[in-house]
Amino acid sequence: MKIMKQRCMVVLVDNNAGVLARISSLFVQRGFNIESLTVSPTENEKLSRLTIMTSGDEKTFQQIIKQTGKLVETRLIFLVEPSFSMVRELMLAKYRVTADESAGLSELIASYGGKVADASDGCLVAQLSDTPQVLDDFLSAARGFKLIELGRTGVIAMERGNVSYEL
Amino acid sequence: MVLNGSEILVNVLLEQGVDTVFGYPGGAVLNIYDALYKYRDKITHYMTAHEQGASHAADGYARATGKTGVVIATSGPGATNLVTGIATAYMDSVPMVAITGTVPNNLIGADSFQEVYIAGITLPITKHNFVVRRVEDLADILRRAFEIAGSGRPGPVLVDIPKDVTAAKTEYEAKPAVKTVRCDGIKGDVREVAELINRSERPFIYFGGGVRISEAGEELRQLIETADIPASYTLMAAGVLGYGEKNNLGLIGMHGCYSANAAANRADVMIAIGTRFSDRVALNPDKFGHNARIVHIDIDPGEINKNIIADYSIVGDVKEVLTELLKHVKPAKHDAWQKQIARWKQDDYKPEASETELKPHYLIEKACEIAGKDAVYVTDVGQHQMWAAQFLHHTHPRNFLTSGGLGTMGYGYGAAIGAKIARGEDTTVVHFTGDGSFHMNMNEICTAVSYGVHVITVIFNNSVLGMVRQWQGAFYDRRFSSSEPERVTDYKAVAEGFGGHGFRCETPEEFETAMKQAMEMDGPVWIECIVDREEKVLPMIPGGKTVHDTIFK
Repeated sequence: MKIMKQRCMVVLVDNNAGVLARISSLFVQRGFNIESLTVSPTENEKLSRLTIMTSGDEKTFQQIIKQTGKLVETRLIFLVEPSFSMVRELMLAKYRVTADESAGLSELIASYGGKVADASDGCLVAQLSDTPQVLDDFLSAARGFKLIELGRTGVIAMERGNVSYEL
Repeated sequence: MVLNGSEILVNVLLEQGVDTVFGYPGGAVLNIYDALYKYRDKITHYMTAHEQGASHAADGYARATGKTGVVIATSGPGATNLVTGIATAYMDSVPMVAITGTVPNNLIGADSFQEVYIAGITLPITKHNFVVRRVEDLADILRRAFEIAGSGRPGPVLVDIPKDVTAAKTEYEAKPAVKTVRCDGIKGDVREVAELINRSERPFIYFGGGVRISEAGEELRQLIETADIPASYTLMAAGVLGYGEKNNLGLIGMHGCYSANAAANRADVMIAIGTRFSDRVALNPDKFGHNARIVHIDIDPGEINKNIIADYSIVGDVKEVLTELLKHVKPAKHDAWQKQIARWKQDDYKPEASETELKPHYLIEKACEIAGKDAVYVTDVGQHQMWAAQFLHHTHPRNFLTSGGLGTMGYGYGAAIGAKIARGEDTTVVHFTGDGSFHMNMNEICTAVSYGVHVITVIFNNSVLGMVRQWQGAFYDRRFSSSEPERVTDYKAVAEGFGGHGFRCETPEEFETAMKQAMEMDGPVWIECIVDREEKVLPMIPGGKTVHDTIFK
């Protein structure tokens, strides 16, 4: 039986036009799942960093690493080891609140380490950055409030301590 | 020296040792064709009837020589017409550089006339592709394209060049040809695998196109002889071992020999070399080689554990790996295993001969007898392709060209023309095709006429799409949906109408006479052969099944 798991991987690629299309094309072509994907500049202007949250079984993860690793523009790909890595996601969640609810929601946001990014027109925008699990927990805890818009960045990840890649 | 982009392009081609290109002109590549005109004494351009034919010709040229094939097409439809040829090359790991023109930089993205985003279209069917936005980048990108196409597991690379880049000028400095690298070392425990082979009682080798690309036929032969290992080949490796050579069990897979498939099923160690456990060989991936410890040797790490899980894997260039392996493999004899295989061989399918009718195996064997062992044989796709793989007793790895992975009907004629141009006067090129496949690209006869290319085309005319019809007969209760077109094409007349030669044969005697005459002719020759529509490719293991489900009639 296939055991489906979620794994996070980091891909360092040449910062070329079209590289994102190339990688997402590969994922779609081979039927790999993308739960979230982020792209950003890095400390090296020639490289871009992709963080991909994917789901599958162990065999699929190995295939993703090998097939993505084969692309000419891929410099490095590695699975993020959850036990010694930080995985973070940013979320904005807009709630429509009554005057009575406002304080309660603000308190809840604060208890999850977030902040109120905006409060206007009877709406309140929560800004949180943490692990995806904590963000999910917050959304559950805030279920009593009227959520009208939600945006999440998808995760980025980094290993702890004095480890870094060499290219 | 200062040159325009088109002159730089031609100069980089010359740097790489390219003296032959295939293609078709058009608006976006007018500057490139102007440069080709200027350098026409150094580089020969062959214009085909259709860009698809040019892409297959570049492919055939590459397969017949091992060099990187080059094809040029204009923007839009010119570029999209290359797609099937590029995908064919991609699936069979053929080194190719496809050069397309596109609209000028300032018109890109505006749905301009004959604009298409070919880099996007070819993303999944190229090893890599480039859009060259600045003339200053052109030379190095082209060099890199050749490096990528020929290195590691080879494949096609596309370079898309806007028209203004082909006209813009910049400084050009000649450089030596790029070096292609097969593979950096070997990953895996060769000694452990050697010990596994040394301990085995029923070893079995199944090898594919990687052995041909790596030119490791001699090393393979040594391994087979030293350790007494029966071996069978995939479609992509036909000709690596000679027909009748000891321990050559023949073709494996869906239409492979029963004995080869039975051996794969019963082996205790299976060594897969330069191959990828495709669904046409490992028809049921859970049961293929299920009694064996599986060793997978391939240059592409992505192939390991993709289709089946290997017990042992070695990633590296096949030639290097086998050389290393041979240092540790001990001489052995497997008499009991050989006896068992000999018994299975008695059950191998044997076609019936006929004095009066043209039988598929007769056509292949007779053509081979007349054209000789050194001829290059090219096929299209379908029944005739499988018959060729089964009955053509080829002996050279670069003398059997066929579209294996993609299964491209219409591949053959372009590829045959490319192969003939590559190998020259001294090599006979025979193109086997079916009436279905041939109707796709038979127009390339005009190319063969224009350039005086002597290719003998043997058309297996059973008036139906034989392979489709065979499946409909076996699995769809003989509902022959769209497989019996009842075409009345007069091949002899068509060939002559284009300026070539044609024959029509109904008996073995007529075929022998036509084939012998064709050998002496110039330019393209078509030999239409009437074949019964009930002829089947046998044996057959249906997809998803095992050797126990082999169909013999």
